[in-house]
Amino acid sequence: MIQLTIISIYLVLLLILGIFSSRLFKGTSKDYMLASHSIGPFLLLMSIFGTTMTAFALVGSSGEAYKEGIGVYGMLASSSGIIHSLCFFVLGVKVWTLGKKYGYTTQIQFFRDRLESDKIGILLFPILIGLVIPYLLIGVMASGAVVNSVTEGAFATSFAHYDYGIPPWLASLVICGVVLVYVFFGGMRGTAWANTFQTLVFMVLGVVTFYIIAEDLGGLKAASEAVVKKNPSKLMRSVAPEDQARYEKSFAQWTTMAKYNFASKKLKSISLTAEQKKEAYAAFKPRMPNWKLKAETIFAKKNGLLKQLSIAQINDAYVWQDDRIPPETIPEDWDKAELTHESIQQYPRKAGAETAGYKIFADKIGHPKKLMDPENPKAGTFWTRKKARGVYRATKWAPDAPHHLDPWKFLTYLFVPLSVGMFPHLFQHWLTAKSASSFKLPVVAHPIFIMIVWVPCVLVGVWATSAELNGRAMFPPHFPPNAVLASMVKMITTPVLTGFLTAGILAAIMSSLDSQFLCVGTIFTEDIVVHYGGKNRFNDKQIIVIARLFIIGIVALTYFFSLFEPRHVFTLGVWCFSGFSSLFPLILAALYWKRLTKAGAYACIITAISLWLYLFTMSDYAAISNFTINFGGESFVSFTKPGQQIAPGIIQTMPVMTMIFGSTLAMILVSLVTKPPRQETLDRFFPAK
Amino acid sequence: MKYVIWGLVLLLLVLHQDFWFWDDATLLFGFMPIGLVYHAGISVAAAATWLLATIYIWPVDVAEDAPVS
Repeated sequence: MIQLTIISIYLVLLLILGIFSSRLFKGTSKDYMLASHSIGPFLLLMSIFGTTMTAFALVGSSGEAYKEGIGVYGMLASSSGIIHSLCFFVLGVKVWTLGKKYGYTTQIQFFRDRLESDKIGILLFPILIGLVIPYLLIGVMASGAVVNSVTEGAFATSFAHYDYGIPPWLASLVICGVVLVYVFFGGMRGTAWANTFQTLVFMVLGVVTFYIIAEDLGGLKAASEAVVKKNPSKLMRSVAPEDQARYEKSFAQWTTMAKYNFASKKLKSISLTAEQKKEAYAAFKPRMPNWKLKAETIFAKKNGLLKQLSIAQINDAYVWQDDRIPPETIPEDWDKAELTHESIQQYPRKAGAETAGYKIFADKIGHPKKLMDPENPKAGTFWTRKKARGVYRATKWAPDAPHHLDPWKFLTYLFVPLSVGMFPHLFQHWLTAKSASSFKLPVVAHPIFIMIVWVPCVLVGVWATSAELNGRAMFPPHFPPNAVLASMVKMITTPVLTGFLTAGILAAIMSSLDSQFLCVGTIFTEDIVVHYGGKNRFNDKQIIVIARLFIIGIVALTYFFSLFEPRHVFTLGVWCFSGFSSLFPLILAALYWKRLTKAGAYACIITAISLWLYLFTMSDYAAISNFTINFGGESFVSFTKPGQQIAPGIIQTMPVMTMIFGSTLAMILVSLVTKPPRQETLDRFFPAK
Repeated sequence: MKYVIWGLVLLLLVLHQDFWFWDDATLLFGFMPIGLVYHAGISVAAAATWLLATIYIWPVDVAEDAPVS
């Protein structure tokens, strides 16, 4: 309940700030959408930084570091420090200058003018909205998941299906409501103030959380040295030999367990007698959730009971144990060679397989604050449904293989942060600046701010791989990476800090949602209603009403979509960014290349979106989370297949590289063979110095 | 000066590829992985480079930069 109280107080504070900033609203559409170009350096820095740092800044950074190691800082953070500031410097200042001169509010207004094409808006509009919606969904769904996770057990009898915590759908609804209130009343000015407040909140709380976790893990040195001892690969970008050896041993044990489990439960060809089981249990000392199964497995192996399985049955066992969907037609070599771990992973895992844990551990699931056996407190409290799923995953699925970070993937990831050049919500923030000089502070401070937020979170994520609680690993295998930070805080700190950290995570989420909601409402109003309805048809007050109605509409639509909990929405993030990045050549050329033509721009957009759709389809709609375009090996070019681990020596590239090269090439070639823009247009956008 | 600063930006992008600490799990100051220290250094160097850019090659003249009214 303490966490819930702190979160509620934070949201009320935010509403008060929103209402306060709405009193500064001047009542014009320019003020509602662009804060009347009055935002100074500090507010611009905080609102731009808050907008670019989503839930990923705290939750995703620690989760990715838990999964991949420290390499994620270089791949995602220090690269963004260089590229984001590059975009602010090269694009932001120029966009602001033109926006000031010609009164632009949206990207589409600029492109219509610069490219002498009204219809470019019709092409760009669905693309920009289509790429922003999944980005919004990530924020809305993440907020629901975080609040649910930290409020487990807050209610005595309500919401049992959600571990007695706030249901995600209710938390998402409240978050959407709070953001809607301050955006609705305060417009861009309210958003800028709220972003500044929230950015300060998540930066300070991120650093505080880091220090408290470090202390609870025995200090900075102890926490890092535990990683050196147990998971050295997480401290570098290649695989340490000891990690590889540990994995191979663990995988060998898993294969033995798969054979025994399959033979005893599916084939019913092995059945230990009560006497044999007693002997097996006596010989096995460790006590973990599935210790009896492990004891029986070792006994069966020692006594040669597993030798009766054929190779085909062994392969069936592996696929079954790992909850994979068996092949529809049995491959020719199914009965000739045992599947490797990589070949097991080529079969997709059954959706929701882990929910089998609800049935298996039904007697252990209950209110997480009540003792299972009041007469024997050592038995512990009841499990949450999340824990039942986690124990199922950890005890049934094959261990994850350690993998290296490919230098080429690392290099081509540099193209992803170029997306900020085409984010419509950032474009709108750029136009709010009071003067071009307002950009100087954001350009310089942005890389430092990224470092302040990311370094502590990456370290916490890496520490989590080796942290222990009461002599046991804090996180079992297959623990969801995005839940690491909140779970760690909940396990080793006080409810008060958990409440504050949750407020920080929500701050990071809401400081992006607000700008995106406002931006989508602005695009609908300015680029569709006002543009096609006629500028003189609506007065300023009506334009504000229309914008507010669209903002309500987009918030409602996003919330509605989030209720369906679309699969892979969290892996969609990098695809959304890649889509925006693929349009980066267009904004760069529009600002700096006189020879860019209308046809060249169309070619750029159509090529970018065609490549995006093709590659997105090839990635099985983001289901292949490590999807790359690979050069070398048996064929010159290939795409990552499900479960495939790319061998060292093959060049892995992010799909965004192909998209950018393709759209750039199409834009240049078509522009060079079509008629240049009119001289009046060039004079407007490239005035003689 | 323009070429010097854009040269520095290019150098940063090259240095960002990190040719030295890819396989190194050494801890500096007893707790900081050397690869993370290196990339935090890249972040600081990026801020310094952009500071130089705002001082020496700022693209907007003061005369052009009157606050919007």
